[in-house]
Amino acid sequence: MTTEKMNRITQKLQEDKKLLSIYFTAGYPKLDDTVTIIQELENHGVDMIEIGLPFSDPLADGPTIQESSTAALKNGMTTELLFGQLQDIRKTVNIPLIVMGYFNPMLQYGVEAFCKKCHEIGIDGIIMPDLPLDVYQADYEAIFKKYGLINIFLITPQTSEERIREIDAASNGFIYMVSSASVTGSKSGFGNEQENYFERIASLKLKNPQIVGFGIKDSETFQQATKKAKGAIIGSAFIKHLTSEGIAGISNFIKSIR
Amino acid sequence: MNYHANEKGYYGEFGGAFIPEMLYPNVEELRQKYLDIMYEASFQEEFHQLLKDYVGRPSPLYYAKRLSEKHNTKVYLKREDLNHTGAHKVNNTIGQILMAQKLGKTRIIAETGAGQHGVATATVCALMGLECIVYMGEIDIARQAPNVARMKMLGAEVRPALSGSRTLKDATNEAIRDWINNPVDTHYIIGSAIGPHPYPDMVTRFQSVISEEIKWQLKEKEGRENPDYVVACIGGGSNAAGTYHHFLDEPEVGIIAVEAAGKGVDTGESAATSALGKVGIIHGCKTMLMQTTDGQITEPYSISAGLDYPGVGPMHSHLFTSGRAEFYSATDDEAMTAGLELTQLEGIIPAIETGHAFAIFQHKTFKPEDVVVISLSGRGDKDLQNYIDYFKL
Ligand SMILES: Cc1ncc(COP(=O)(O)O)c(C=O)c1O
Repeated sequence: MTTEKMNRITQKLQEDKKLLSIYFTAGYPKLDDTVTIIQELENHGVDMIEIGLPFSDPLADGPTIQESSTAALKNGMTTELLFGQLQDIRKTVNIPLIVMGYFNPMLQYGVEAFCKKCHEIGIDGIIMPDLPLDVYQADYEAIFKKYGLINIFLITPQTSEERIREIDAASNGFIYMVSSASVTGSKSGFGNEQENYFERIASLKLKNPQIVGFGIKDSETFQQATKKAKGAIIGSAFIKHLTSEGIAGISNFIKSIR
Repeated sequence: MNYHANEKGYYGEFGGAFIPEMLYPNVEELRQKYLDIMYEASFQEEFHQLLKDYVGRPSPLYYAKRLSEKHNTKVYLKREDLNHTGAHKVNNTIGQILMAQKLGKTRIIAETGAGQHGVATATVCALMGLECIVYMGEIDIARQAPNVARMKMLGAEVRPALSGSRTLKDATNEAIRDWINNPVDTHYIIGSAIGPHPYPDMVTRFQSVISEEIKWQLKEKEGRENPDYVVACIGGGSNAAGTYHHFLDEPEVGIIAVEAAGKGVDTGESAATSALGKVGIIHGCKTMLMQTTDGQITEPYSISAGLDYPGVGPMHSHLFTSGRAEFYSATDDEAMTAGLELTQLEGIIPAIETGHAFAIFQHKTFKPEDVVVISLSGRGDKDLQNYIDYFKL
């Protein structure tokens, strides 16, 4: 079961524009908001969505995403339930959808069963920050490929060039470029350090485009992040806005970014 | 069968390094260097000198006469409670602070449950003049107040973990987040045989001074190096790993682990991972883990903060599933009773964690000629308030 048609992520990356991607935690603020949030984001011009599968112990996340995850779990979100909510998503939504989460829930669901379900729903990619490259390649790459799923790897300012090249070689979509040494949601603006890092990565001429995440919160940081990179991902700032303004506020938030 | 970590940090199917890329440079540097650094002659010399002159090793192997009579078997106590700072934890922090220095790190972070590891870390940081930040669950800060005060007096900053169950698991999450935020100057001194490779193996090697000493001490006392059983309580499993290490490949030595059953294995308030857990990923390693069918980590419970952890180190998962070790669990009540018994028969007040190991006598009958070595992992000073409340002293 190979991908006869081009993966939506690959297609999207070929468009001649800077991409805006939004992360949100599924099941937050309300359990059944998932589909509405996805539709709203697409309607207001977002290019790609990371659907966060909540986890009890999100190691790489700051307080905002921790709290939204805890709330989502309290609301009753589960892997099965999320897949149920997304069952018909491709009847209304065309942009690339990526499931982002931690590896343990995927492992418990069964990696193959998880990938198969994603394929059936029309999910295009997976981001599992704590599924490391070597384990992925040894045990799971064949399964991801069988179901046409692009696995997205992270790099950080500390990642060595050698490792970046290894990750680039193993990637077939984009590289998730973590903006700074931090968990999600903790940077206030980008300084020289980030600019240098963005330039350094751009100068490597990697085969995969890069999308910057962590610390993008407004139009200014979006501009800075995408000066060199192909796009940027907003997570914590979007969730904060969702918390205070609700789903009705999504349109204003997206307009404020670009 | 091999009971030690292979070069990728696996014990059978357990272990490995399931870490986000943000942690990769630090963990990978440690992985590449830890064995070379540890087994440099100068490192070994400094490590053992400090264990001797500063920690007070070797810790005695004490024949517990009255406890032996009571349970009609031969019981030896490995007196880790007599170490400086009052528990086995310091064996590991001495090793890791030297490691941190060799790696050029200047800022130390740690997690702590009972506060013993936090105190042991704050102590070695004071000793070496390094900045120290200890993450501790808000609940544990309340139930282990004396240790919080000790850490502060030693110059450490104690930061409360406010998420989740606000205990050891959450303190560990916060420490890992700190490491992600401070990747260059910081070394994370993990306090148990948990975490991503190489931590479980490194911690085990530092703690293995316990079983190394038991061997020659028992030879002196009993004319043989191998006991019939070694017994230890298991939180993450560092005192157990250190107590078992030199006996794992000696099939005649029975390995016994005692976990915390909390209010009872089936009450929903327990930390008995081997009984309640399934294979999963926690804090960067694949191991037995208490979790929902959906893969969310379950909040554990134990009266003892140091055993209040939803997983066990990967070595112990392997010892359990391979059948090499016998696993038992002791309830809060059993552990408290066992602690009181040790106090009144031998004049030794154990940590409540340690009380769980002594509850083995409520679960297993030994033969009169058996030589049973129990890891007396820590002293009970820190738990006095809990003992006062429990026994209405
Ligand atoms: C005295 C004592 N024993 C045992 C433990 C449990 O840890 P581990 O299983 O790593 O030995 C602790 C942890 O705080 C402790 O303080």
